[in-house]
Amino acid sequence: MKTTRRDFIKISSLGIGGLALSTSPILGWVPSFLKEDDNTPDDSTAKRYPNYCEVCFWNCAGWVYTNKDKDGNEKIWKIIGNDDDPNSNGRFCPRGTGGIGMYYDKDRLRKPLKRVTGEDGNQTFVEIEWDEAIDIVAKKMKEIKTKYGPESFALFKHGTSGKHFATLFKAYGSKNMAGPAYSQCKAPREEGFRMTFGHPLHSPEPLDIRNTRCLVLIGSHLGENMHNGQVQEMSEAIENGASIITVDPRFSTAASKSKFWLPIKPSTDIALLLAWMHVIIKEKRYDIDYVEKNTSGFEQLKNHVKNFTPEWAYGITTIKPDIIRKTAREMAAASPAVIIHPGRHATWYGDDTQRSRAIAILNALLGSWGRRGGFFNPEKAKLPKYPMPAFPKPKWSWRDIAPDKYPLAKMGVTNLLIDGSHPDKKEGHKIKAWFVVGTNLPVTIPNSKRTIEAIHNQEFIVVVDTMPSEMAGYADIVLPEATYLERYDDLRLAQHREPTIALRMPAAKPYAETRPGWKMCKDIAGKLGLSEYFNYNDYSEVLDWQLKKIGSSLDEMKEIGVMKLDRKYNDLYFHEHMEHEFETPTGKIEFYSNGMLAAGFAPMPVYTKHPEPPKGFYRLIYGRAPMHTFSRTTNNPYLMELMKENALWVNPKTAKDWGLKTGQRVWLQNHQGAVSTFSIAVRVTERIRQDSVYMVHGFGRLNKKLTKGYGAGISDTEMVTDVKIDKETGSTGMRSNFVTFLTEEPEKKEKTV
Amino acid sequence: MREELITSGRMNPGIDPVLHGWHWPIPFYLFVGGLAAGLLFFAAYKVLFGKEKDFPTAVMIGPFVALAAIVMGLMALIYDLHHPLYAWQLFTTIRIESPMSWGAWTLMIVSIVNAVWIFTYLKKIFPDFNLKQNFLRKVISNFIEEKQSEGKLNWDWKYKFLRDFESFLIKNRKALAWLMMILSIILGVYTGILLSAFNARPLWNTALLGPLFLTSGFSTGAAMLMILSKTHLEKIAFSKIDVLLIIIELFFITHMFMGYLAGSEVKAEAAHYFMGGEFTVTFWVNVIILGLVVPLALETMELLNVKIPVIIPGLLILWGGMMFRFIMVDAGQVIRYLY
Amino acid sequence: MRYGMAIDTRKCVGCSDCVVACQTENSIPHGYTRDWISETVEGMYPNLALEIRSERCNHCDDTPCVRTCPTGSSHIIEGGIVKVTHEECIGCGACIESCPYDARYFHPEGYVDKCTFCDHRVKNGQDPACVSVCPTHCMYFGDLDDPNSEISKVVAKNKVKVLAPEAGTKPQIFYLV
Repeated sequence: MKTTRRDFIKISSLGIGGLALSTSPILGWVPSFLKEDDNTPDDSTAKRYPNYCEVCFWNCAGWVYTNKDKDGNEKIWKIIGNDDDPNSNGRFCPRGTGGIGMYYDKDRLRKPLKRVTGEDGNQTFVEIEWDEAIDIVAKKMKEIKTKYGPESFALFKHGTSGKHFATLFKAYGSKNMAGPAYSQCKAPREEGFRMTFGHPLHSPEPLDIRNTRCLVLIGSHLGENMHNGQVQEMSEAIENGASIITVDPRFSTAASKSKFWLPIKPSTDIALLLAWMHVIIKEKRYDIDYVEKNTSGFEQLKNHVKNFTPEWAYGITTIKPDIIRKTAREMAAASPAVIIHPGRHATWYGDDTQRSRAIAILNALLGSWGRRGGFFNPEKAKLPKYPMPAFPKPKWSWRDIAPDKYPLAKMGVTNLLIDGSHPDKKEGHKIKAWFVVGTNLPVTIPNSKRTIEAIHNQEFIVVVDTMPSEMAGYADIVLPEATYLERYDDLRLAQHREPTIALRMPAAKPYAETRPGWKMCKDIAGKLGLSEYFNYNDYSEVLDWQLKKIGSSLDEMKEIGVMKLDRKYNDLYFHEHMEHEFETPTGKIEFYSNGMLAAGFAPMPVYTKHPEPPKGFYRLIYGRAPMHTFSRTTNNPYLMELMKENALWVNPKTAKDWGLKTGQRVWLQNHQGAVSTFSIAVRVTERIRQDSVYMVHGFGRLNKKLTKGYGAGISDTEMVTDVKIDKETGSTGMRSNFVTFLTEEPEKKEKTV
Repeated sequence: MREELITSGRMNPGIDPVLHGWHWPIPFYLFVGGLAAGLLFFAAYKVLFGKEKDFPTAVMIGPFVALAAIVMGLMALIYDLHHPLYAWQLFTTIRIESPMSWGAWTLMIVSIVNAVWIFTYLKKIFPDFNLKQNFLRKVISNFIEEKQSEGKLNWDWKYKFLRDFESFLIKNRKALAWLMMILSIILGVYTGILLSAFNARPLWNTALLGPLFLTSGFSTGAAMLMILSKTHLEKIAFSKIDVLLIIIELFFITHMFMGYLAGSEVKAEAAHYFMGGEFTVTFWVNVIILGLVVPLALETMELLNVKIPVIIPGLLILWGGMMFRFIMVDAGQVIRYLY
Repeated sequence: MRYGMAIDTRKCVGCSDCVVACQTENSIPHGYTRDWISETVEGMYPNLALEIRSERCNHCDDTPCVRTCPTGSSHIIEGGIVKVTHEECIGCGACIESCPYDARYFHPEGYVDKCTFCDHRVKNGQDPACVSVCPTHCMYFGDLDDPNSEISKVVAKNKVKVLAPEAGTKPQIFYLV
């Protein structure tokens, strides 16, 4: 039972099971109603069920419609937004609309799988019954607990059902849980803002974009990332004549709608931000009253940025000094109705907390925090907790894996858990088993080689997913989860201008033998003697209990889907006459942070030079397409039709140097020698800097069972081996990788990891 | 640099990446339609001008080939329909503005007249009908009866109304010839109009396409007769006609391209597809050189008494005529409005 | 009554929600779409312009597709909406060839299919599916004959263009530029 035992199993080797899946009457069904053009079904014959979307983290609330197909069976027909939902305002994005593809995907997991080694030594998955699967998982959890303590079992989670598993793990005795939504995404931003304003932003970010006069996007490609409400508000801002300033090495969709596009040299953003501060302070264009009243450390900041002139920044960023001045004045003129967008995926170069601090400071200088057209003060609904016993206290947690590292991290750091799981971890606390829920670690965490080494070092791995993901291929036990369209989950309590509660309820029975996450947790807990933490028969009982406590009920929520509540306080924006207490050590917005200094970091952001592409190499920039959510949707039958693979954007000059043509397929190799498994089609376009190439993240899937996603384009994660860790938060900077083109197919390697 | 792309949606088969809704059946249908038009025209023409006796191939054999061509064309057309079982609905309505409707009705009427024409010549073509060797014996014997040989004709129609009908037609053969000549011209022009009616396709949308396809169709008809003829007189006559038709055709083609180049941006663009663009080689080699210039030279030489087997220019003209239609249909679908 | 659509290219981000909403609303089989997104990039780095358009049947005033239809299957209903009666369509493809926008396609069941402006929704007073879902509110639908309708005002107030006007079809989808 050494490392080879967890070879990646091509789930396609399922054989008969796989065949049965593809001919299944439910998933084979394509909504096709009567032929007559006048008989298109309409809403009058439909039924609707409230839900909130799980295709991305925005969790827009809406309605799932079912209608009768031509055989008279009630089928999921379409999904549309709920008008009362502030996240979507009744309008879903393409992924939410195409969410029915998660239900109708023919490649879905349908029954629990168990890894077995055949007589020939080959490993395959066999389908097993739920009872057996739950037994095995519970037995292993007990075994790990006895051998190493419960803390050695780590939970990686993403999405709403992750909460049920978090409860299970806390009850079991482990707080070693993390999700890529933090360390591979917004950790630096959250902590950078926390160190400045005393408060992180959370999600959805409380940006008053619809009332802004000037929106500054730095590396945020709003519109290509369909953060629904924000895209809607950006459109409203455009309509209202707000000016947009976009800083991006790529002519993004947002850049095309901007008054100023600053095609910055990648990795130099902090220099630009410092130069903007310089201009705004030097020309006294900052919000003087606001700064005086609410901030601390202004003099130090003024002194700090004294020499960071636009001329200084020009040499670094390639942005002309007069453009830097013009844009600084543009945002100052709009102050305080100005937003320097904090971004979301902020893990770029390894000094990301500092960059986020710089963004926060610039916003503070312009007085936009707590102001109309800037950052509003969000409010979130509160619900009573369903009664359960207190959790046992774990002996150690993820932080103890490397006690002296990442002092600013406030949530589980995925890569730290992987460090704790890796064979090179010789001393101290170690992770021995993984429970992975709804997150595809080999595709999500950079340096997948290291992730896979850690995987091989585990004694047991359980994967909960709806799809045969890459991660599922490494599991010992795969538990097939019902999609969000087939299950109850917790009520959504999203922060926004006004608090709301949104319900998710099933619109169809769980497909095949899939089960909702809460049910798996309840059953496992039962075997572990932890039933008192899951004291219900159906999760709807929990929801009904909570809703009745606030004077509503499940039945009422089924009718309305979203309940709007009144704000407790009238404090959406600051009141000009009132003093504000910030949750920082000084009680003020901190330009200068003693906390940063004490933790061993620069108290004010500084520009550091980052590596640049060697000759013949180009910086790999990755991003989003509006119709995909990372690898989550790259097999969705609806969304794959909108974009079936990613393309490599190449500047015409670069293309000329290499003789590349649009449509030509190339393979990539990065500066550390990593070669892409698959090829990608070149798109020659003026929309990208000459020193960079761009692709959409989430493609190039490696699991053959994904009939649409397998081999479609390149996975950028394969090209991200050089990871720059942000010392403050431990998050993984992924934008310092440089690639070159291989026009011939490189020597074959096994195409499934 | 200008980039134009469809970023999402619309990968409808038959439409993307370039329109290819019509495949080989349509140009094939246009080709055989033009061929039939030419054959029927010459048959009618020779009868009207009293040359019936000198041109037996044109008058009697040509229409046979024409009918076969029309039937094949119709089969191709129906094969191309995505709902062939609904094809009958073509004949439930007449839509003056629809070239497809025109085509359906024209072809139906032409094929009836064509069949009638053949009917009037059956006795001349097959005076000696040996039913015993005929596999259609049972069917045919329902309509004809064998007679002891009186002169050479050894059979006659079984029913009086057929005999009456036949003698009525033979008496009015000139009128029938007029009808068939007019119909053959309509058919010939129609093959061009089918395309030129589509103003969405810049390449097709020129009024010259009707006369051009008519000329080309007649030229292929003459070539076919040249091949089929057994007498020198007929061969030479159709050779001469073909020389004239080829010259007219070249003139039309030149004018067509001049028209494109002088036209709007998209039309000029269309012309460039044939002058350096992706259709240049196929078009110039197959249509202009092999299909027109070489046969023109060969036939001129033949008229100057150089011995050339007539089958060579004949087949070349047929090849050129067919390629012309394939290229026009294909290119027309590739060249689209830019916006 | 004349239905038409206006699409604000300045607000459209090309997210393609209109495409997938049309597919689900109208149960379009996988592999086919009635609407699509096109993108035009002009200029040279760094002076660039990008126009993103959501495109579909233009429900033209002068309809070559209806004209060339041999059976009368393609027809115009109230409000100028161009439709295809599936039972009368023989699938000859003439309308497909006649459309300068390539907005029609062969449905796998043999007939020609295209955007209907969601007339089944419009007759109930709803917007077409694509318009109703658009996150950027960049699409407007309504009666162009009514000067007080939102779409009439939007078209009157802004600089608009139509696609391929030289094809002479008098399209009824207006793009705000």
